[in-house]
Amino acid sequence: MMKITRNRILTLITLVVFAGFLAYSQATFNPYILRIMNLCAIFTIFAVTFNLVYGYTGQFSLGHAGFAAVGAYTAALLTMTPVQKELNFFLEPIVPVLANVQWPFLPAMLLGGVLAAVVGFLIGWPALRLRGDYLAIATLGFGEIIRVLFVNMQRVTNGSLGLKGIPEYTNVYWSWGLALVTIFVTKRLVDSSYGRALKAIRDDEVAAEALGVKLSYHKILAFTLSSFFVGIAGALLANLISTIDPKVFLFFLTYQVVGITVMGGMSSLTGSTVSACLYTVFLEALRPVESPFSIGPLRVPGVPGMRMVIFSALLLLVILFYRRGLFGQAEFSWDWFFEKTSALRARLGRTGKTAPAPSIESEEEERP
Amino acid sequence: MTLSLFFQHLANGISLGSLYALIAIGYTMVYGILRLINFAHGDIVMLGSYIAFYGVVMFFLPWWVSFPLAILLTGVVGIIIERTAYKPLREVPRINLFTSAVAVSFLLENLGLVIFGARPKGFHRPPVMDTVLYIGGAAVVSYTPIIILTALVLFGGLMFVVHRTKVGMAMRALSKDIETTGLMGVNTDQVITFSFALGSALAAAGGILWAIKFPQIQPLMGVMPGLKAFIAAVLGGIGDITGALIGGFLLGIAEIMLVAFMPNLAGYRDAFAYSILILLLLFRPTGIMGEMEPEKV
Amino acid sequence: MSLLRLDGVTKCFGGLTAVNNFSTELAPGELCALIGPNGSGKTTIFNLITGIYTPTAGRITFNGTDITGKRPDIIASLGVARTFQNIRLFNGLDVLGNVLVGHHLRLRSDPFSAILRAPNYAREEKEMRQEAMELLGALSLDHLAHEDATSLPYGQQRKLEIARALATRPRLLLLDEPAAGMNPGESEELMRFIPHILDAFDLTIFLIEHQMRVVMGICPRIIAIDHGETIAEGPPEAIQNNPRVIEAYLGVGEYA
Repeated sequence: MMKITRNRILTLITLVVFAGFLAYSQATFNPYILRIMNLCAIFTIFAVTFNLVYGYTGQFSLGHAGFAAVGAYTAALLTMTPVQKELNFFLEPIVPVLANVQWPFLPAMLLGGVLAAVVGFLIGWPALRLRGDYLAIATLGFGEIIRVLFVNMQRVTNGSLGLKGIPEYTNVYWSWGLALVTIFVTKRLVDSSYGRALKAIRDDEVAAEALGVKLSYHKILAFTLSSFFVGIAGALLANLISTIDPKVFLFFLTYQVVGITVMGGMSSLTGSTVSACLYTVFLEALRPVESPFSIGPLRVPGVPGMRMVIFSALLLLVILFYRRGLFGQAEFSWDWFFEKTSALRARLGRTGKTAPAPSIESEEEERP
Repeated sequence: MTLSLFFQHLANGISLGSLYALIAIGYTMVYGILRLINFAHGDIVMLGSYIAFYGVVMFFLPWWVSFPLAILLTGVVGIIIERTAYKPLREVPRINLFTSAVAVSFLLENLGLVIFGARPKGFHRPPVMDTVLYIGGAAVVSYTPIIILTALVLFGGLMFVVHRTKVGMAMRALSKDIETTGLMGVNTDQVITFSFALGSALAAAGGILWAIKFPQIQPLMGVMPGLKAFIAAVLGGIGDITGALIGGFLLGIAEIMLVAFMPNLAGYRDAFAYSILILLLLFRPTGIMGEMEPEKV
Repeated sequence: MSLLRLDGVTKCFGGLTAVNNFSTELAPGELCALIGPNGSGKTTIFNLITGIYTPTAGRITFNGTDITGKRPDIIASLGVARTFQNIRLFNGLDVLGNVLVGHHLRLRSDPFSAILRAPNYAREEKEMRQEAMELLGALSLDHLAHEDATSLPYGQQRKLEIARALATRPRLLLLDEPAAGMNPGESEELMRFIPHILDAFDLTIFLIEHQMRVVMGICPRIIAIDHGETIAEGPPEAIQNNPRVIEAYLGVGEYA
């Protein structure tokens, strides 16, 4: 009992400290750093949601980009000012119902999530009957259909011209706040009986069904919930980078998300979060590689696109040699933390206390 | 619509279909043996056209040297990919193989962007393929019948290999039962590698012919043809080579007819193809020629 | 009234008839065995009962309800549980987790309650865990509750699969070759174990088994099939001496 209370208090303290950090950064960090922080949060949501569907439920879906687009367009069209819309829709005017609406960020984003969830449900219901690679291709197909629809619905989405001038509402409070909600909801689901059912489906569908687990229901549950948050992430993205160009928007997103989640460790939310942040940071850190730079006397010509080559090569290496990824199935927990640092703390304490025996973690004690 | 216009569209559809068929055959061969959807297949198509392109532009080879050479080299690349990225994953759960294919595709696309540059390049169309012919009153550029003929000839050659040679027999045996075939003394590794080489070579041929028909190449050019060819393979019955041919033609003709008869929907041609795919996967995943495989419990 | 009833059940896979006009009845509380040479259709019959396959012809009735061709999870919720020939444990879950999956079908709280840990969900989760631990205890597996399911020795894995099936609170339990791969000591234990759970959990058990010692030792009634058809039915003594059974089995298996 003590452990649960201790864990809960520690988590609360961490959240408060983190919130303080967000406030500090929002006030003092330059926009470049803030943008990276926001992207970290957005990619965390992408990775965690992919993990829910693939790592925990065993369904390989390649439709992420489609749901993100739904969320992005919804939020964009609802938050843009009427003036902006008129400027954008110069080829053909926007449909009247959208011309004059202007919503605040939260409801627009939520609607983006809801619509993405609806689309997820409609797609999931037929697609999740398929297995393995066929499911992947089918969801990819659906995602592509969504993209084609968006590129062609000139009066609703401005077609291939895309949207510019989306208000930049996204800040670290929104992005990380929602990332934390996503992680929280996912973790709670995964640690519950429903989570066990999902893992059972992943490990052995036939056996799971023989035990009374309704396959369609649970797969669709994970898929729809995941799509909701992907839509939200799409909305956050649109209101961060302020433009949507449907030809390139999210083209590589699906690959990136697969890469991030595989490298972080399927079935590890900690892994997905860490991996997403590392990915975003390193992508930025490696940006100089793409412009000419010097190593001492040598002048190295920059190679645009090199970062993605490095990332994709790394991904292939991970798949071939280190399939478990960084974290495998392990999760961060306070118990694990104390166990790992007990030796260090004992030495710091210098009271001669020996390191406590590793705790036998029960599922109960891991809950924050 | 006049009859000659209809024939033009039909010829167009069949030539597009030939391209889909050539690429689809590679997909279906690999699937038949390894049960793997080679996600990177479309990018191998791209590779074939680029190698052919550089052969002409950088090494000043005549096209009738550069093109076959490109096909050969792409076959070699296919072997390299198979050995490094797919072979090590034969014993693990199949989804990892698929993920590896996704990663290879991603890598090839990015390498293409870096090495070849994102800007589209103009592909040199050999003069013999650029003359206008008049067949039955319709004006047709010579590459159209050449593409169709080449596809049929290559298909015929492949059928010969598959049905009249020892290695072809081994391929057919492997696609039925890989374990037992191995136990019978067939060197499965070699046969698999050979199939990959063949499939990649055909993909390269498809890529070169594609570049002749649509003479602009860019590193992401293989994505769409790859997906469409996969759809064609599923339509014909994934795992069946003749099915891939039929599926390719059907898809190509259907796509062109859609655009011809309903020009306002032209932008939706891709969505049309994907919808076919989804309907197939849901209601008749075995396609036109395929057989069902129930899971053994 | 019979608990399980198969009427003229037939299953064809393309040109192959795996089960041919198979009929039988199981009364509540029965312990009945299904024997036959490899490929005679025993597991197919199990798969037909549990809904993995749909019969080409015939009817299956369970506890008065027609379950022919229904989905496996629905049939499970009606009270039919099974184990598999090749053990199918969930290797991403520990021992306790595996058993808890069996409890999931009775969960009444919706996913949102689960996410929010609402009181109704918390209560159900607590009850499920208690029950699961009790079940593991009854099968002497409770000390292994947090071990990886796949790290258990083979015999324990089989017991775990049975425990997991029992967690669904079935009325009918189908055991597919529970003694497969067991050494004599383990199959002795199994011979005590099966009648014990038949009693303790108020079950009806339908059993596929190749080890004749186990079958003849504990089952009052045996159905022998070959090529998907019943060739003999009755108590062990009758089956042992039945010429058709001996012919079908020539070269396979041993008698007690």
